[in-house]
Amino acid sequence: MALIADTGRQGGGRASAASDPEPLLALRHISKHFRTSRQDTLALDDVTLKVRPREFICIVGPSGCGKSTLLNIAAGIDTDYQGEAVFEGAPIRGMAQQRAVVFQEPALFPWLNVRDNVEFGLKLRGVPKEQRREIVDRQLALVNLSRFDRAYIHELSGGMKQRAQLARGLAVEPHVLLMDEPFAALDAQTRDDLQLELQSVWARIGTTVLFVTHNVREAVILGDRVVVMSPSPGRIKKIIDIPLERPRTPDDHAVADLAAAVRYELQNVGAEPEPRYAI
Amino acid sequence: MRSSRLIPSRETGLKLLRIVGFYVAVIALWSLLGRVEVWSPFLFPSPEKVFASLRTNFANGLILDGLQASMQRLVVGYVISFVLGMALGLLTAASKFANETIGGVVLGLQSLPSITWLPLAVLWFGLSETAIIFVVLMGSTFSIAISARAGMRGLPPLLTRAAGTLGATRWQLYRYVVLPAMVPSMVQGMKQGWSFAWRSLMAGELLFVSVGLGHLLDVGRNLNNINMVFAIMLVIIAVGVAVDRLLFGRAEAWVRERWGFAAA
Ligand SMILES: Nc1ncnc2c1ncn2[C@@H]1O[C@H](COP(=O)(O)OP(=O)(O)OP(=O)(O)O)[C@@H](O)[C@H]1O
Ligand SMILES: [Mg+2]
Repeated sequence: MALIADTGRQGGGRASAASDPEPLLALRHISKHFRTSRQDTLALDDVTLKVRPREFICIVGPSGCGKSTLLNIAAGIDTDYQGEAVFEGAPIRGMAQQRAVVFQEPALFPWLNVRDNVEFGLKLRGVPKEQRREIVDRQLALVNLSRFDRAYIHELSGGMKQRAQLARGLAVEPHVLLMDEPFAALDAQTRDDLQLELQSVWARIGTTVLFVTHNVREAVILGDRVVVMSPSPGRIKKIIDIPLERPRTPDDHAVADLAAAVRYELQNVGAEPEPRYAI
Repeated sequence: MRSSRLIPSRETGLKLLRIVGFYVAVIALWSLLGRVEVWSPFLFPSPEKVFASLRTNFANGLILDGLQASMQRLVVGYVISFVLGMALGLLTAASKFANETIGGVVLGLQSLPSITWLPLAVLWFGLSETAIIFVVLMGSTFSIAISARAGMRGLPPLLTRAAGTLGATRWQLYRYVVLPAMVPSMVQGMKQGWSFAWRSLMAGELLFVSVGLGHLLDVGRNLNNINMVFAIMLVIIAVGVAVDRLLFGRAEAWVRERWGFAAA
């Protein structure tokens, strides 16, 4: 069954990871307050998470437990917090190409077609035209969008938009891919397809992924480890290892079992309600 | 959607037929009213006479000279107002202080019909070319400023973040995200600015003694030449429609193709 690691000592749970390699991304003792005139929310309370190279980490938790907040800190979108966020040995000071983000809403540029959207990061970096073409062709093929490379964003379906975002993120060859509920707005069928696609993309390029989702089954299908968060204040409750063969499908029994284990942890997060807002 | 522009479909053919039919009917009715002489031909000329006047005044160069003079003023005034409007718009969008102060002034002045600047312009610049360009400028600057401000403010923060995580520097963010994102709003503002500029130019030229389409209208009135007045009005309409369709129509189609109907 699931090997359950303590919040404090990640990495111990994995038999294969006997000697802990240097984490690619280390979030140490992160606390984040949101202060508005009406309330003071402790969105994250002393959260520590270490992500190893080539690891696929899923974060689950009820709405408002600070998943997006944590991802924004890792991305460098949010730099106002207590604690330490270190990426490849250096503190995170702002957004950077090495940490690509796939947002929940399709954050594509409407004035560019699919190809130009995917090319965007490469162009900023000054990659020569011929090379850009090659990379974009490869990424579009990887996410099955080659036929739509000249389409504008409003001509795409929701699933296609998310695939285009994924291709755009992958094109810059990020060292970590941060994904915030990228499939949340999609129907079940499209979601299953994209989960399979993401698994195969990940298997091929082996980048590190931090993936936020509400969907427990999705987390178990995709993740090497599933981080369960609890709300009010946002904390990491458990980190559950998923030592299953890939590719995994929603119908695997082992997936269902582990999903049940994760769900059990999630059910208990609401058991001891604390006041959400200090006034 | 894109292919329909290349091959005129049956539907576009029918649409064209309807439009042409309508204008033929209007001219026929006009011609009939002219011939029956319901009103005096000195007040309501027949289309034949108007077209004859149009031909004469094209042939003797009056219309072309007037057109050239008017367009020159319009282009100079419009280009300056674009630069000024963009600067004002970007400034009020970027700075809270500028928005609270200059922003309010811009909103106030935009509600002022631009021809009301004419007396002031004459006092400041005399009966000169500068005065009339000033009036044109005042017609379009504030529309462009307001749309530039709205366009920049309307940029979804999500797109800024997306660009940032793709490695955009501050300058690249402006060049590759902020400016293109402003286009739909700018097209609307520039179209409105153009129509204000065109109107105030015609009004200004009418009240002013110098070469120009508006002035030709006044010449026609002084000569009691109703045919000429009608002919010049037709030219003014034609210029307005042509710019609107050719320039802004294309810009709007460009926007619609990219943003979809949401932005149209
Ligand atoms: N900009 C903000 N201003 C004030 N409070 C905020 C802000 N952003 C987030 N919060 C608060 O911080 C807490 C965590 O928010 P966050 O968006 O990280 O949750 P989440 O786990 O991503 O939720 P969901 O699953 O619904 O996306 C919430 O209580 C939220 O109200
Ligand atoms: Mg969220």
